[in-house]
Amino acid sequence: MTLLSDPPILDVRGLVKRFGALEVLKEIDFAVAAQELVFVIGPSGSGKSTLLRCCNRLEEPDGGSIRVDGVDLMDPKCDINAMRRRIGMVFQSFNLYPHMTALGNVTLALRKVIGRNRRDADAAGREALERVGLADKAGAYPAELSGGQQQRVAIARALSLEPKIMLFDEPTSSLDPELVGSVLAVMRDMRRAGMTMVVVSHEMRFAREAADRVVFMEAGRIVEEGPPARIFAAAENARTRAFVAEIAR
Amino acid sequence: MDVFLHQFLNLEIMRQAWPIIFKGLQMTALLCLAVIPLGLMGGLVLASASLSRRAVLRGAVKGLIDLFRALPPLVLLILIYSGLPFAGLNLSPFAAVCLAFTLNTSSFYGEIYRAGIESIGHGQWEAARSTGLGAGHTFAHVILPQAVRNVLPDLVSNTVEVVKLTSIASVVSFTELLYAADMARSVTFNTSPIVLAAAIYLVLLWPVVRLMSRLEHRVAA
Amino acid sequence: MTPLERFVDTFLNPRLMARYWPDIAQGMLVTVEIALAVVVTGVALGLGLAVLRSYRVRPVNALIVVFVDVFRALPPLVLILIIYFGLPNIGVNLSSYAVLWLVLSLVLGAFAEEIFWAGILSVRKGQWDAARSTGLGFGRTLLYVVLPQAVRLAVPPLTNRTIAITKNTALGTVIGVAEIINQAQTAVSFSGNATPLMMGAVAYILVFIPVVLIGAHVERRFAWRRA
Repeated sequence: MTLLSDPPILDVRGLVKRFGALEVLKEIDFAVAAQELVFVIGPSGSGKSTLLRCCNRLEEPDGGSIRVDGVDLMDPKCDINAMRRRIGMVFQSFNLYPHMTALGNVTLALRKVIGRNRRDADAAGREALERVGLADKAGAYPAELSGGQQQRVAIARALSLEPKIMLFDEPTSSLDPELVGSVLAVMRDMRRAGMTMVVVSHEMRFAREAADRVVFMEAGRIVEEGPPARIFAAAENARTRAFVAEIAR
Repeated sequence: MDVFLHQFLNLEIMRQAWPIIFKGLQMTALLCLAVIPLGLMGGLVLASASLSRRAVLRGAVKGLIDLFRALPPLVLLILIYSGLPFAGLNLSPFAAVCLAFTLNTSSFYGEIYRAGIESIGHGQWEAARSTGLGAGHTFAHVILPQAVRNVLPDLVSNTVEVVKLTSIASVVSFTELLYAADMARSVTFNTSPIVLAAAIYLVLLWPVVRLMSRLEHRVAA
Repeated sequence: MTPLERFVDTFLNPRLMARYWPDIAQGMLVTVEIALAVVVTGVALGLGLAVLRSYRVRPVNALIVVFVDVFRALPPLVLILIIYFGLPNIGVNLSSYAVLWLVLSLVLGAFAEEIFWAGILSVRKGQWDAARSTGLGFGRTLLYVVLPQAVRLAVPPLTNRTIAITKNTALGTVIGVAEIINQAQTAVSFSGNATPLMMGAVAYILVFIPVVLIGAHVERRFAWRRA
């Protein structure tokens, strides 16, 4: 149970991001409490992915502050590589390393960044693969795996580092419909285990059943946020209602 | 530092050497004007022959292409230049050099054309033939234009290699650019004339090389 | 003598073949040694420069681009003559073998850099994202994730280019390197017969057929087209 007095795991204030002349994020305030599952929805181009990618500084913010687990990511003294281990990220295109096995993908950071020896790393890696239901695929190469399996390996890769928060950037958008379920099942398990999650996705049914909070973004601003029941059924803002109606079709 | 400048960037010696170097440049240009078109045409002939239905012809052409790609151009040049007279064939230096270079570059151009032609899908052949176009017309008007457009970067890249190749003719005392520069060097005991020749090659080829780089990287990224 | 007999006597003389094949074989050894040395240093130089270039330090990159452009635009023979005749006059004394190796390594290095760089550029950005997001620093990402993929992509163009440049070992004859054609030319002038030339040509083919086959094998084993 999270106490309201606990500091948020992710605390974004006044985040600004520009690509050239285009301002993609306009002073975003965004906070995620421990064990919350926050869903971010909005039309393409609204800045959802950019927001996520700023949270682990894959994109460099142009203004504002980002605190993860109390640490200011924008502080020049911040060890971003160490911080990135606390932030797990799952990508739409999986981005598995094609020249390594599933186990190799999962354990690379454990071996090369944290410096665990091969045996310990492999054990931790197998455990992570077990959690996503792919322990038997440890020796398979990404090319031999289905899309859903690849994405689950990608999730295991992030999980093996024991992150404080997981960011999902359209995790199921590249998957054939029949494979989506396997990935969502893993995400449900993670939620039940108490992982803090931010999910950018179009999977509305999943949002309705699992999200604590839904955030609607448009044109670089957060337009409205609230519990899924309200956002999907009776949003206060007209644009939110319009978007929800559009995607319900 | 001064010694370096005197040896390699001696402007006075470059100025003195310029007349014969310019003559050499003209011979290089002449050589290129002969070899490049001959090579392009020869390559086309070889590539067309490699598509023949007759296996013997295909095999012979492939063997020829492999042979001339395996032999260093200098060796081929020396073989023709020094060897043919033994067989009673006395070619002028220009003819010997042209022959050697044409044989060599035709093989490389031929390989490039062949790869380009093979990259054109069967659908194009079928579509053209099904409208009644004969094999020759199909090849000339449908396949070849597309193939050439596909491999244009490689054709340009190989043409740059041909221009550089002409410098090898200096080894058999053919009076192109490098030979002229080397003559000037041996007379002045100074390397600057060859540096001048290098500068001329750079002026001619650097822009092309830069352009090719741009194209390569854009395709890759 | 019939024309055929005359031809055989001039180009395929058995007595001269027996007399000169040790020299030609010696030349083959020199050719192979220099070619191997050039491949090792040239590919290493190219890879090193491409890695350096990926750090995107502007002035360094400008230098790399200039180096690569110049050594791809200049004929190797021009470079060989400049270095061979010029260096002794400023106090640097290199053997002709060293000059040949140096020039060909620099030229192969320039071409190899472009090939490796194209390979690095074509590794999808998502690979960088994934690795960086798990906390791998720039250098480690390059070493464990990007380069393994880039190098595999580079193998086909690299083997072709390497074969082309090692054939330039023949240019060594101009500055007295006792490789194949040099031995052959000496034998021709001593014997007044063209047989050594044929032997030289055959020797080159004998040397380079295995090279081409090894190249094809390397391509099959290590090259890998992106799915």
